[in-house]
This record gives sequence, C-alpha cells and structure tokens, in this order.
Amino acid sequence: MSVKLTSRILFIFSFGWFCKTAKAQLGNELGSVHGNFQIDAAYYQKDTIIDADPGSELFRYNAFGNINYQKGGFSAGVRYESYNPPLLGYLPGYKGSGIPYRFARYKHKDIDITVGNFYEQFGSGITLRAYENRGLLYDNALDGMRVIFTPKKGITLKGVVGKQRTYFSLSPGTVRGLDGEVNIMELFDSILGKSKTKIIIGGSFVSKFQEDQDPTLVLPENVGTSAGRFTIIRGGFNFNAEYAYKINDPSYQNHFSYKEGQALIASTSYGMDGFSIMFSGKMLDNMSFRSDRNAQNTIDMINYHPDFSKFHTYSLMAYYPYATQPNGEVGGTGEVQYKFKKGTFLGGKYGMDITVNGSAYYALDTIGLDPSKDSIRHFQYTTNYSDVGDKYYHDFNIEITKKISKKLKITAMYANQFLNQSIVQFNTPDKEEHPDITSHIGVLDITWRYKTGSAIRFETQGFFGSYDYKEHAKDAFGKTNITNNTGSWVSELIEWTPTTHWSITVADQYNYNNPEPSKRVHYYFGMLGYTNGPTRISISYGRQRQGIFCAGGVCRFVPASSGLSLSISSSF
Amino acid sequence: MKKLLILSSAVILSLSAFKTSDGDKIPSATVKKLDGSSTNSNTFVNSGKPMIISFWATWCKPCKKELDAINEEYAELVKETGVKLIAISIDDARSSGKVVTDVKVKGWTYEVYIDENQDFKRAMNVNNVPHTFLVDGEGNIVWSHNSYAEGDEEKLFENVRKLANGEKLSH
Repeated sequence: MSVKLTSRILFIFSFGWFCKTAKAQLGNELGSVHGNFQIDAAYYQKDTIIDADPGSELFRYNAFGNINYQKGGFSAGVRYESYNPPLLGYLPGYKGSGIPYRFARYKHKDIDITVGNFYEQFGSGITLRAYENRGLLYDNALDGMRVIFTPKKGITLKGVVGKQRTYFSLSPGTVRGLDGEVNIMELFDSILGKSKTKIIIGGSFVSKFQEDQDPTLVLPENVGTSAGRFTIIRGGFNFNAEYAYKINDPSYQNHFSYKEGQALIASTSYGMDGFSIMFSGKMLDNMSFRSDRNAQNTIDMINYHPDFSKFHTYSLMAYYPYATQPNGEVGGTGEVQYKFKKGTFLGGKYGMDITVNGSAYYALDTIGLDPSKDSIRHFQYTTNYSDVGDKYYHDFNIEITKKISKKLKITAMYANQFLNQSIVQFNTPDKEEHPDITSHIGVLDITWRYKTGSAIRFETQGFFGSYDYKEHAKDAFGKTNITNNTGSWVSELIEWTPTTHWSITVADQYNYNNPEPSKRVHYYFGMLGYTNGPTRISISYGRQRQGIFCAGGVCRFVPASSGLSLSISSSF
Repeated sequence: MKKLLILSSAVILSLSAFKTSDGDKIPSATVKKLDGSSTNSNTFVNSGKPMIISFWATWCKPCKKELDAINEEYAELVKETGVKLIAISIDDARSSGKVVTDVKVKGWTYEVYIDENQDFKRAMNVNNVPHTFLVDGEGNIVWSHNSYAEGDEEKLFENVRKLANGEKLSH
C-alpha cells in the first residue's frame, strides 16, 4: 500500500480519535462532538468466466468520515472523503480525496442560517432536491447559503443560493431557490387548531444560471422552474399533489430541445388498523433540470423525479429495475395491504400479512415535428396528453408473510415484471441489442429462530425470463440474435446468526439456462459480519454479476466483479 | 491482500476510540409529524422515563422486522418501564406516502416522525438503517445499535429495564 494511501485512510481515524479526546476534555458545557465513518474496500481479481476485469488497479475503496460539533443552536461540521480509486461501479470522476463538505449553521427562534454545504428539498423535490446517498455515492449538496425563516407557527419560508457539488469540485451553474409553505391549521391554531382536517399549501421557484458559450445555438442562460403543491390529511387519509412548470431548457439529456417542461405528481392513501390502500401517479414531460446543461449520469441534478414503483429488496426481484424517465413518462403505482388478525382462519395464532402491489409506466404520446419546419430553437416534438405511448415497465407482485410459530416465520412472494430495457436502461430504441424482457419471479424466505438470539434464514429465488427480440432481430438466416439474453436464474442463500453479534452468509446465484452454455456459471458469495453497538464490520468474498442497481431513485451500472471486500462503519 | 490486512488492523485498532456516545442530549433538527406539522427533535421527552429512538424506512426489511419484534412486547414493556418508542422514518418523496399506511397496517402505536431531508439522521450520525438509540430519563443518549439480527430486541429490552431501574448499561 502506498504511503500516501495509508496516510489518507489513517487521517480519518486520527481525526476521529482527536475529536473523541477533545469531546472528553470539553464536556457538555462546551458543546458536543460527534461523527461517523465508513470504509468499503475491495481487492479485485480477474475472473474471465464472468467477464470481470478490474484493470490494473486491484485495490479500490470508498471512505468517508463526518465530524460534527453542536452547542445549543450552533452546529458545524466537516466530511472528509477518499476514493483512490472508487470501487467498481461508481462514477470514476470521484477519484481523489478531500473535504467537499463543510458547514456552519445557527438556529435561533424563528431564524435558521446555514453557510457552506447543505442538503435541502422543496415539496416532493420536483423543483429542488440537494441530496446525499453515501452508499450510492450520490451527492449533489449545495455549496452556498440557506436561510429558513419561520415568522409565525405554520409558516416556513426558505431561500437558497449556491453551486452544486460535482465530484470534488463545483458545477459551472448557480442555483437560486425560494420556497414557502403554509400549514393552515397551525397558522390559525386558535380557530382551527382542533380541526381534524389538516391542509398544507406550498409553492417554490428555482432558477439556474449558466453562461452560454455555444457557438451556434442561442442557449437560455437563466432557466426557471416553478411549482405549487397542496396536502390534505384527515385521520388515516392523506392526499397530496404537486404541479411544476419549467421554461425552455435545452440540455444534453433532452437532446437540446427548447420545449417547455411540465410535471404532475399526485399521491393518495388511506390507512386503518390492519388495512391500507395507496395510489401514486405522475406525468413527467421534459423535466430533467441540471445546473450544468452538459452533465450526465447522476451529476448536477437540481430536481428529483420520485419513482413510485416498488423498491424490491430480493435480488432477483430487482434484477431488471425501473428507472424514472425525466424526458417523458406517465404511470402510477397502487398498493393494498391487509393484515389477517390473530385468531382468524387465515391469521392463525400470530396473524398473516398480505401486500398486493402493481405499477405500470408508459412513454408519453409524442408527435415528432418535421425537422425542416421546426425552428432553429428545436422543439423536436409535441405531446398528446390524452393518450400514452409504448409501455416502459410493469410490475405486479404479491407478498405474504406469516408467522407459523414463535420460532418460524415465512415470507412468500411472486412478481410478474416487464421492462422496455432498450429505452429505460440504455436510452436507445435498438431492440436487437436490448430486447424487452418479461419475467416471472418467485421468492421463499424462511426464518427459524432456534433459540433466543440465534437464527437461521433460508432464502430461495427463481427468475424466469423471456426475451423478446421482435422480428427484426433475426438475421438473414432467420436465426435470432441472442446478445444480452441471460436466460433464467436461481438464487439460494443461507444466513446464520449464531449470536446477535455475528452473522455468516453463504449464497449462490446460478445462471442455469443461459443460451450461451459457457455462461451457465455460479456466482458464489460468502460473508462474515460482526456488529457491536454502533459498529459494524463485514468481510466478504465472491462474485458479483453485472447489472443495474437502483436504490433511493438512483440507478447505477455495476460491472461484473470478483474479489475480497471489507466494510466497516461506526459512529460516535 | 496485504493492503486489506493493514487496513483492517488499522481500523480495528482505531475502533477503541469509537464507543457509543454517552451522556449527550438529543441534537436539534426539524422533523415532520404524520399530520404534516413540524417539530424539533430536541423537544422529545418522556417525563423522566427512558426513550427508544429508532431510525427506519418503509423499504428496509430488517428495520420493519425489528419494529415488529419490539411491537410484540411493547405494550407490556410500556406498562413495566414507562418507555416510549419514537420511530424516525428516513423515507424520501418516493416512499414517504407509505409511512402512514405501513404504521397503520402494522398497528404500531409508536410516535412516528418523517425525517425527509435527513437532517436528524445526519445530526445523530446515522450511516445506515436500522439504527436504534436509547435515551435515559434525563434525556441523555446512553446506548446505540446499528443493524438488526433476530433476537437483538432482547438486549434492547434488557437495557430499557436497566435504565428504568436506574442501573448503568453495558455494551
């Protein structure tokens, strides 16, 4: 290990140690110092059977440490981060080390001021969301200033200005935003305070500035997005909706279209003891909004387009996940949950939970404009809001969880999914390379608590896919081109927790009927985990298949890899 | 390989410096109640009785397992120790609509808040969920635990009982 690398890693710990000591000496009167850190490191190996080629840098890691100080209404903090280079599957632009996050914040009565870096969200995030997800290495913190003013209980006004984080530097564009929210019942507490119905209304305006340096196009330097929203809550009933409008914003992502953008997001739910129903729907048309019009991947995104489809945690259920299409999509997700009570026929001694969930997302119905008649400020298309276009995705799934006895608990799940892979994951209409995929997926998950604090969990999954290459995918000899067809998979996992501190996991995913016989391989994996209080350490070894991993509305491509990994996280 | 060994030994040596926080008050951050109103985390109180603060998300299976496991004994534990559980959801706009439905269906009687901007999560230095804290009767954070393994709730119950009896906690 290079001296530089060692010193960088040790820096995080020594800084933490210093702060811990400082805390002990300062005591509570002088404020408190806290922090957390995490390291994920891997030593990769070349594994030609699964096409895993880590290149020449075999040791890679993602590491960060936060140190925060707080005394009364004052807080300040820094985060040191280091990726030399980042783990496979993360954006290589993060390579490097530094302190990209530092802030000071003061809160007193009705005013809350932050200078430096901060995270913020207006409404559902459709106009602005500065957000971090360290596990995905997604971080678009704003670097600037934020003021939150609460002149009266029930009224919140926010103002932000700054530049977004772009790897270890800042975006070329500047973001300015204002948001106001009124909780009507809180505001008129004396008259309406006892009202069971709560109404909240809000509005936001966010604008970005980026210089136009394009020699041919006349690009708008200031682009504004505005939105209005409202929420009604009464007992277990909840309804909220937000509409947003964006002026022309030609960018790399929308193919430099000058069309305006619109979004409508609505969600409603009702819950009572043992029963709930929820529906979320949305329409997005040209709503990509980035502080750098040339940015790609997850870089410099100012706003957020929530993906309401079910967030699957079983690996084969999430094999072909959906990703929101900010250029245009329409669809929705519905879910019903029901609990069969203890003592009923289906509920048995401990009750039974059932969840039925369905999602369907489509392209917008667009009408392409004749390029010769489209102005120099290309609109490229118009939208017919009364219809929908091609299907992008569907997912219908049912999950049943039943506790059989004090020791035994079973979860069974089935899903039927469809993914228009070429558009959703590869942004190309080419179905020869990337066929539509329809799949049936089943999961059985059994937990056996054989004594207090000791358990064994078995998980078995099957993914049965059919790959639709359409007619044109057949070559001149009528033979189907079968690239990107991995056939079907089975997955087995055993997790043993002998004590609450330790866990041992062994798993295997087997691509048993890949159309290419040489690719019918096992992806084995083993992990040893240790937890004590806030500290967690795990060591794992095995193969990782290539794929798209989505979490928290962010997806990333992960190449196949093979090797030894170490993960440590703690807080103090 | 050698690098990993060096790294792991460096880390394990350093871990002695990172014990659970002891004796600090709950930091200040704004969180939302399920009825949409805002409240400050430093106003969480339980009139001299212990509190459990548990960070969770609707998409986090181990979190829901933990809260379900606690729920089975919760009524009894409240009666015995006066404890209160505060469940902090870190769901974002994608799934925050599911918080209220999950809570209702599961019949949890916990005090539930949504930390949509994750300000409280950051202030409490939570890396991953589930992460559970114990607060003593004076409002000091005295114990914390990351992740959930079957049976972890037993240790939590034991610690809650100790706190209620005014005993010191071991880790």
